[in-house]
Amino acid sequence: MSRLNETNTKLAREIISRYPRPKSALIPLLHISQEQNGYITREAMQHLGELVGVTSAEVYGTATFYEMFKFEPVGKYLINICGTMSCALMGAHELMQHAEKKLGVKAGGTTPDGVFTLAHAECQAACTEAPTLQVNYRYRLRVTPADFDKLVDDLKDGKLGDEIPQHGVLAKVRQVIAPEREVGAKAPEDVNDAPAWLDGKAAL
Amino acid sequence: MTIVDPAKTGEVADPNAVNITINGKPTVARKGELIIAAADRTEDFIPRFCYHPRMPSVGMCRQCLVEVETPRGPKMVVSCVTPVAEGQVVRTATDSVKKAQEGMLELLLANHPLDCPVCDKGGECPLQDQAFSHGPGESRFVEEKRHYEKPIAISDIVYLDRERCILCDRCTRFADEVAGDALISFISRGNDTQVMTFPDEPFSSYFSGNTVQICPVGALTAKSYRFKARPWDLDQTESTCTSCSVGCRTVVQSSRDELVRYQGVDIDPVNWGWLCDRGRYNFESVNSPDRLTKPLVKTDAGLEATSWSVALENAARMIRLALAKGPRSVAILGGARGTNEDAFAWAMLADKLGIDQRDAQLGDGLNPEVFNLNQATIDEACAASTIILLAPDLKEELPVLYLRLRDSAQKRKSRIIEFSAHDSGLTPHAWRTFDYEPGNQARVVRDALSTDEIREQLSRGQVVVVLGRANLAENEMFALQAAAAVFDAAPNAKVLPVLRRGNVRGAVVAGLTPQNDSGDAIDILRSAAAGKIDCLVLLGADPISDVADAGIVQRAFAQVKNLISIDTMLTGSNRNADVVLPAAAYGEKSGTTTNLEGRISNLSQKITPRGTSRPDWMIATELGIALGADIGVSSLEQLNQKLVATIGAFSSSKDPRSTRGDGVLMTRETPVSISSSSVKVLERNAYNLRLVVSRTMYDRAQSTLASPSLVGIVNDAAIHVHPSELARIGVAEGTTVRVGAEGTSIVAPIKANNRVHRGVAWLPFNHTGVDINPLLNIVGDVTDVRIEPIK
Ligand code: SF4
Ligand code: SF4
Ligand code: FES
Ligand code: FES
Repeated sequence: MSRLNETNTKLAREIISRYPRPKSALIPLLHISQEQNGYITREAMQHLGELVGVTSAEVYGTATFYEMFKFEPVGKYLINICGTMSCALMGAHELMQHAEKKLGVKAGGTTPDGVFTLAHAECQAACTEAPTLQVNYRYRLRVTPADFDKLVDDLKDGKLGDEIPQHGVLAKVRQVIAPEREVGAKAPEDVNDAPAWLDGKAAL
Repeated sequence: MTIVDPAKTGEVADPNAVNITINGKPTVARKGELIIAAADRTEDFIPRFCYHPRMPSVGMCRQCLVEVETPRGPKMVVSCVTPVAEGQVVRTATDSVKKAQEGMLELLLANHPLDCPVCDKGGECPLQDQAFSHGPGESRFVEEKRHYEKPIAISDIVYLDRERCILCDRCTRFADEVAGDALISFISRGNDTQVMTFPDEPFSSYFSGNTVQICPVGALTAKSYRFKARPWDLDQTESTCTSCSVGCRTVVQSSRDELVRYQGVDIDPVNWGWLCDRGRYNFESVNSPDRLTKPLVKTDAGLEATSWSVALENAARMIRLALAKGPRSVAILGGARGTNEDAFAWAMLADKLGIDQRDAQLGDGLNPEVFNLNQATIDEACAASTIILLAPDLKEELPVLYLRLRDSAQKRKSRIIEFSAHDSGLTPHAWRTFDYEPGNQARVVRDALSTDEIREQLSRGQVVVVLGRANLAENEMFALQAAAAVFDAAPNAKVLPVLRRGNVRGAVVAGLTPQNDSGDAIDILRSAAAGKIDCLVLLGADPISDVADAGIVQRAFAQVKNLISIDTMLTGSNRNADVVLPAAAYGEKSGTTTNLEGRISNLSQKITPRGTSRPDWMIATELGIALGADIGVSSLEQLNQKLVATIGAFSSSKDPRSTRGDGVLMTRETPVSISSSSVKVLERNAYNLRLVVSRTMYDRAQSTLASPSLVGIVNDAAIHVHPSELARIGVAEGTTVRVGAEGTSIVAPIKANNRVHRGVAWLPFNHTGVDINPLLNIVGDVTDVRIEPIK
């Protein structure tokens, strides 16, 4: 069963209650479901549809718009190597070739032990530090083949556990909204005044 | 809309008028009108793909760019999302507009496969047409186009070819916003964006055919039409759908004398261009190889083909023999399938022969008196401040009426107050829903309407009651009592009667309804079962599957001496008839029809009747002659004139042209009113569940079974209960249970359905696999059933 588990369903309900329209909570709920299963399963999408009151097709449409949601299992570590202009000039292709050899999979593939998934990425907005890669969306800059080998070995040895959680983990610390800062789930058309926590001091 | 220049007419300035100039021509637009719509009226056509006048604009395709003057010079705007403004100057064909149009088309075609020669849309394709009229003529793209698996079935009816899709968002918006079935959506993004269903969840919307019609390219095609014809070999005529009583305006298209397609026509008062899938695709039954082509008479070897003269002779003899015993020895059932003229011809014949026992409703309708209450039109219902639903699930039975009411509720024009025993398609859009058990609805209505909140709502403006038979397993009096309770609370309420058979209203008003205090269809069947009727005429009626209580039909058939059937196919009822006369089907005859609001509109013939089949009215005429009771008509025109002259309600259609297009409302008499006297309430024993039997869109109707596109969708029968009842009964979902009532029972699988309210069991009518007839005891006022596990 890859619907949301009990704890996550409870969390989902709480998140939904923060929005005036339940379906506005879809993106955070998708993150939770990816965190739970490592990727977004069909059952999870159906479950989310039930929770926020939209069809599974709508959940599917929304989720597939975003690159960071995966619909097939991915490795514990997702390595995205940038291949856009600056990185390409600085040896990204060679880096990719090296990575493929090191991991024994082609770009897009996952190692048989399920630890690494290797993927192409477009510009990661760190062009001055080319070539770049991300492991579970954490940057590594000016990456040489030797850096890459060390990175892979460290990850395997669990040396980076603190810095790089496994794929799908959103954050180690959950966001907490203090009760006095909650604006409440009011429909936009019913909101006429500034939120209470502004204390009437400032306009938004 | 006509364009008036207030300066010239000297009329008082209209506060909603906005003066604009389009291509140098001054014109008056309406406040809030979009530039593209205003330009349509001045005939300055702006090319477009995503804009659809019946849906909110999204500005998706950018094909409709025009130039608007601004203080800083001309500016390009998207005309399908920009409303008109006072003094606006619009140009739709400048060099820069043309350049933009050509650029957009070049981009749209970059990934388009251009497989026009094998595309169903070719010849009527907005992309093809506008590439020709507004395109650059050639493309600079030499790269490989994107490729997808060629058409994939996204439902039983619709195919999707993603290569052809231009991502205009029409189909997905229709599904979500108009039909409320968001089962298709754009998935992925950028170059990979495509229309798709959720994996393994098909696009099973009741309205999916509309997406095929409005897709501006050949990306969505219908199974029934694929590779059947080319637009330039299509012959077409405008007509009205008679598959149910909404009366949607259609175009009937044929090729080589065969029906190949219906398309919706946009008329304001009824369907806004939409059709439901049953109405759209059951044309296939007209082409069915099972159509009757010759008259049949019963011989020792069964039904055998014969000539019309022999068959009519036989039928006449049977009627004559029965009449010799007295006029109440003959009865006519049916007539709702035909035209007003068909019904009138048969009513005239019955009058001549003194046959009082006739009924176009088959025990599942309402007393025709409801047509004399203060009537509402569909438009009036949609504009009412309160709509009270005392009706079957409109999404299932009168699908396009559901679309109209849903739209009204969505746009917050009306508030819907629903009274029901199980959730309907409109429940999510209802402002308030009140749950009742069949038998106590009048009390629930009375109590509900007496609260301050509801009273306040009722006083806000017009109230319209949508009134019909929600349950075939209850006496019709309960619906009428509930309606009376509404009138007690809102005496000025209007009524929209929702009797479902195609032309039931026309047939009843034209005279196919019990005369001189004779009984209705059920009384007729009862008296036949008691051996009092010798000859029964079935006018396009198939009581075995149409009448809720098929048992009484079987007993009636066993007793009558002669059964005469006028029908298009052999059915469960006429297989044992003595004479079967082949009738012309929809599309094979002309005339007029009347929809549920009393709108008279024309039907047009498009193809030749199969074999020697003829319209019902012609059969009445010839039978009359054979019986020495000539009704004196020799042409449809003459018959129509006689109808208009004889029956007051039809006088509004004196000018036959008035029945084209929007049609014309029946002339109305001063309305009568009803008020509640005593309210009868039937309490249920807590161990039982109260039975609700109602129809769904795809049941075993003859026209559905004979349509290859639809037959696969017909549902399997099951008894549906609220999930909490399963534990009480002690069975699991899907197990077969015994459903018993008053000494009889049926066996059916059980389904947990949270749309069914507690205390009620819902049995869809006429589904596959279970004969539910033993439970449909029309004699009782309501039916209580006990569900038990089978040991
Ligand atoms: S399938 Fe047709 S209607 Fe739907 S988005 Fe594509 S082009 Fe538009
Ligand atoms: S709603 Fe009724 S009239 Fe309209 S298309 Fe469907 S069956 Fe025909
Ligand atoms: S090109 Fe690689 S980060 Fe910008
Ligand atoms: S028609 Fe205006 S953007 Fe498509």
